[in-house]
Amino acid sequence: MEHIVIIGNGIAGVTAARHIRKKSNKKITIISGESKYFFSRTALMYVYMGHLKFEHTQPYENWFWKKNNIELKEGFVTNVNTDKNQLIFSDNSTLFYDKLIIATGSKPNKFGWKGQDLKGVMGLYHKQDLENLEKYAPNKEVCKRAVIVGGGLIGIELAEMLRSRKIPVTFLVRETSFWNSVLPTQESEMINKHILEHHIDLRLNTNLKEIISDENGQVKSVIIEGTNEEIPCNVVGLTAGVSPNIDFLKNTNITCNKGVLVNRFLETNIPTIYAIGDCAEQQHPIGNRRPIEAVWYTGRMMGETVAQTICGKKTEYKPGHWFNSAKFLDIEYQTYGWVFSEKTKSENEDHFQWQHASQNKCITISFDKNTHEFLGINTFGIRMRHEIFDQWLSEKKSVEHVLEYLADANFDPEFYKSHETEIVAKFNQEMCTNIQVKKKSWKRIFSKA
Amino acid sequence: MKAIKYSGLGIFLVGFSIFTMAIFSGYFNFTEQELESYISEKGYKSEHLKEELLKSIVTDEKLSIFEFSSKVRAAFETSNKYHETQISKYNAEKNWAKKGEEFQYKISGKPHSLSYDLAKKAGKGFFKDEPMLAWWLTFGLGIFGALLFILPNVILLGKPGIKNNGIYHESATNRGFIAWLVLMYLVGFYLVLYFMPDYVVNWTFIFDPISNALNGGNASQWFVYGFLYCTIMLVMGARMYIKYRHNKYQIIRTTSVLFFQIVFAFLIPEIMTSLNMPGYDFKSAFPLDYDFFFEWNLKSLQNSGAIGIFILVWGIILTIVIVPVMVYFFGKRWYCSWVCGCGGLAETLGDPYRQHSDKSLNAWKLERWLIHSVLIFSLVMTVVTLYCYFSGTSSFLGIKSQWIKDTYSFLIGAWFAGVIGTGFYPIFGNRVWCRFGCPLAAYLGFVQRFKSRFRITTNGGQCISCGNCSTYCEQGIDVRAYAQKGENIVRSSCVGCGICSAVCPRGVLKLENGPEKGRINPTEILLGNDVDLMQLLNQK
Ligand SMILES: Cc1cc2nc3c(=O)[nH]c(=O)nc-3n(C[C@H](O)[C@H](O)[C@H](O)COP(=O)(O)OP(=O)(O)OC[C@H]3O[C@@H](n4cnc5c(N)ncnc54)[C@H](O)[C@@H]3O)c2cc1C
Ligand code: SF4
Repeated sequence: MEHIVIIGNGIAGVTAARHIRKKSNKKITIISGESKYFFSRTALMYVYMGHLKFEHTQPYENWFWKKNNIELKEGFVTNVNTDKNQLIFSDNSTLFYDKLIIATGSKPNKFGWKGQDLKGVMGLYHKQDLENLEKYAPNKEVCKRAVIVGGGLIGIELAEMLRSRKIPVTFLVRETSFWNSVLPTQESEMINKHILEHHIDLRLNTNLKEIISDENGQVKSVIIEGTNEEIPCNVVGLTAGVSPNIDFLKNTNITCNKGVLVNRFLETNIPTIYAIGDCAEQQHPIGNRRPIEAVWYTGRMMGETVAQTICGKKTEYKPGHWFNSAKFLDIEYQTYGWVFSEKTKSENEDHFQWQHASQNKCITISFDKNTHEFLGINTFGIRMRHEIFDQWLSEKKSVEHVLEYLADANFDPEFYKSHETEIVAKFNQEMCTNIQVKKKSWKRIFSKA
Repeated sequence: MKAIKYSGLGIFLVGFSIFTMAIFSGYFNFTEQELESYISEKGYKSEHLKEELLKSIVTDEKLSIFEFSSKVRAAFETSNKYHETQISKYNAEKNWAKKGEEFQYKISGKPHSLSYDLAKKAGKGFFKDEPMLAWWLTFGLGIFGALLFILPNVILLGKPGIKNNGIYHESATNRGFIAWLVLMYLVGFYLVLYFMPDYVVNWTFIFDPISNALNGGNASQWFVYGFLYCTIMLVMGARMYIKYRHNKYQIIRTTSVLFFQIVFAFLIPEIMTSLNMPGYDFKSAFPLDYDFFFEWNLKSLQNSGAIGIFILVWGIILTIVIVPVMVYFFGKRWYCSWVCGCGGLAETLGDPYRQHSDKSLNAWKLERWLIHSVLIFSLVMTVVTLYCYFSGTSSFLGIKSQWIKDTYSFLIGAWFAGVIGTGFYPIFGNRVWCRFGCPLAAYLGFVQRFKSRFRITTNGGQCISCGNCSTYCEQGIDVRAYAQKGENIVRSSCVGCGICSAVCPRGVLKLENGPEKGRINPTEILLGNDVDLMQLLNQK
């Protein structure tokens, strides 16, 4: 029987295993050095905050794996012998595979800062990081201040976590405004304000110079670049992005760049080896997507795709329209299609924006300046229907169409106040149009069903 | 702010302790005249009983309720025993006339209830003499303290949004010591309320004035329970309003359950009683209202003229027409989390415990076995009762009507719905009864599963499998299992509380009523992946 071995039990590896099991009775082994059972990394923050227990982050009950005949192996792979189809583990044991799927995810970036390996300095990625955080930041008495370096999605989550235990937080952000390499100014500024409302000491335009140790090799303070200001702290969170976790492949024949290089079939240069999830790097970027996409659902889709190929239906990885979501403290964010920031957007991308007068709600709709084709939407504080936007993007609807039928796309809970009329009024005023908002129609919403 | 909060807690605990300690206060005894008039009022004929009671409770001694209760129960027992021996004696002598005569001296009824009736008359002391002051010292302080504890959260919780911080760090909400204490208190409370009402007769004194004002009679233990129920729901409702103040669905839903509890379950029946009508809760539907078809209820309705007939017809239409039609349009939520009293308590008092429902597959299996068994039990009981009622017999298919009614009332009505259903909130979550036991929920569940416009829509591929929705589902539905597959949630047990949608950090879930077509959307591959792959899988 063919033995499929998967390194990494994250969303990518586990999805691949599940779909291979659905389609075949091949022998499947999943290896992880982190935790025996699959858990949701995205929920780590809620464990520290006391919303969940760790077991709640596990999407499948423990009996699931045995019942589906998926073997779980705990161990850390240190090398791959591609000639002998063999994995080598840290305890020097080996494992034979017929086909190998590399799904080892990411690791937090460290940019060679002085003191980056001190006790109390940590990223937020693995289960062990959470345990570390419990140790060094159990409460505000032990951790009198924490400094977070890097203003991205994980940085703001870490800030929220620490604030839930009333620990003072200084948040160093390199950019002039939070995440403004991705977000348009209106939205980035709204988040800046919201961060301050949560009593987080936000330092924009600020870089870390070095981390200072006390006599026990533990963090004492950080020094800011330029001003040389010293900020005393007990914990430093490094959240300046992630990069593929593939150091163990250094001495193998598998071709890597930043990540494991794969073609559209998720195949590496070695015919029996595939790579999926955060650690995979597309040889050629797909559409506007980056070659490495460290998000949950792309890992899942790659897992679904590679399972098809392995089970004999060679299938190309074709992610559909881009979408994503996040939550910035109390503000939910969703995006469908492409909305670029002022810094990164192309010449013909135009934005229509609306912001609520008093609440933390706003939207940006991007469209083609010339053709008025709808390109994408960012929404803050308003939930939208994925299916509808996916359809509009596929059908290349105009921005006017999107506004006219915006009510169909609203996904807020029942009784929430909707803002379509205001939004469209603003659009009409700015664009000299006369769009009338159409009432929500079930028929249109389910036209595909 | 914190100081206010904790002094609130202190004040609440004082009121709460006085309320609890009330049980042990006051004293009980009768003078000879009082006993005589009680006996003639009740129409007790046994001289033997009178003698026993004279011996034991006509005294200058200040008996505690426990001494009083045990003496009274002993008196009834001795007297009944005596008459039973007499009966067997006459039976042996074949003295049928005497034997027949003897039966009228036996007194039936639960010992603690007989004792309750006497205690209600015999009680003296502070709670009897100063009911209004006592109300302020117990309920007054309790409500004031609880509100002081809860209201500062408007500021302490920070900006509106989901505030579940620390739920799994705190003893009270993480099955810690405090949770077990609360469990023991609640279980004890229900045991006493259902099975030893005489022990809490002092509580009823507190409510005599209020009860008199409302329905013209003194308060019973059920009046106390009804008032307490409404009070707890109101106070904990205030907590809901603050906790979910960003979520209009929760605000409106909470208002609705409060309204139906206070107006329909409490005020209207009281007012009806005061107008000499049968007190009826117009929203309580059979088979949750399991004694609707009991003989005594049917008789009482028949004897109540037009209103009685109206209630009879309404009760039947409610169950057969209104309930299922509403479930078709809105899902069972319209009843279970918008109207029902059990649901109302679960959604207010029980909200801090919602995360404890068991999400395992085994729990789901157990749920389906149990709840459907209770439904069958309640239907069999009703069929037997109705058959016996109309045919005038006392059993049907070998099942004694009285026996099955008593068994159901004891096992399901008292133990399952009360002692376990509410008592176990702090450990097994707030919907133990609704999920595992309620026969009405089982019935609504069928309709919701197979013929309804209600579903929880999953928003394409946005789910990140974080588990918040499953954890906070009070009905133990593993919401995530559906959401992460992009599948809508169509489950018979969903009561539509809307909390999964509220806690989801990615905006994945929406409760909605829409066309039946497309309600169930089995998807193996999530939205976002390319179209060919979806087609490929859907063809298979
Ligand atoms: C705090 C946090 C929040 C996030 N929030 C979001 C979000 O909201 N939305 C979103 O889309 N994405 C989010 N992400 C990103 C998302 O979690 C990742 O993209 C996703 O988990 C990647 O899955 P994966 O299967 O590729 O790898 P991983 O989940 O990283 O799994 C890889 C596994 O392989 C193991 N492994 C690695 N090397 C070896 C080895 N040599 N031997 C044995 N085992 C090994 C690792 O220990 C790990 O268990 C978040 C990430 C973090 C850390
Ligand atoms: S809470 Fe939302 S994101 Fe989390 S598992 Fe549930 S549906 Fe998915």
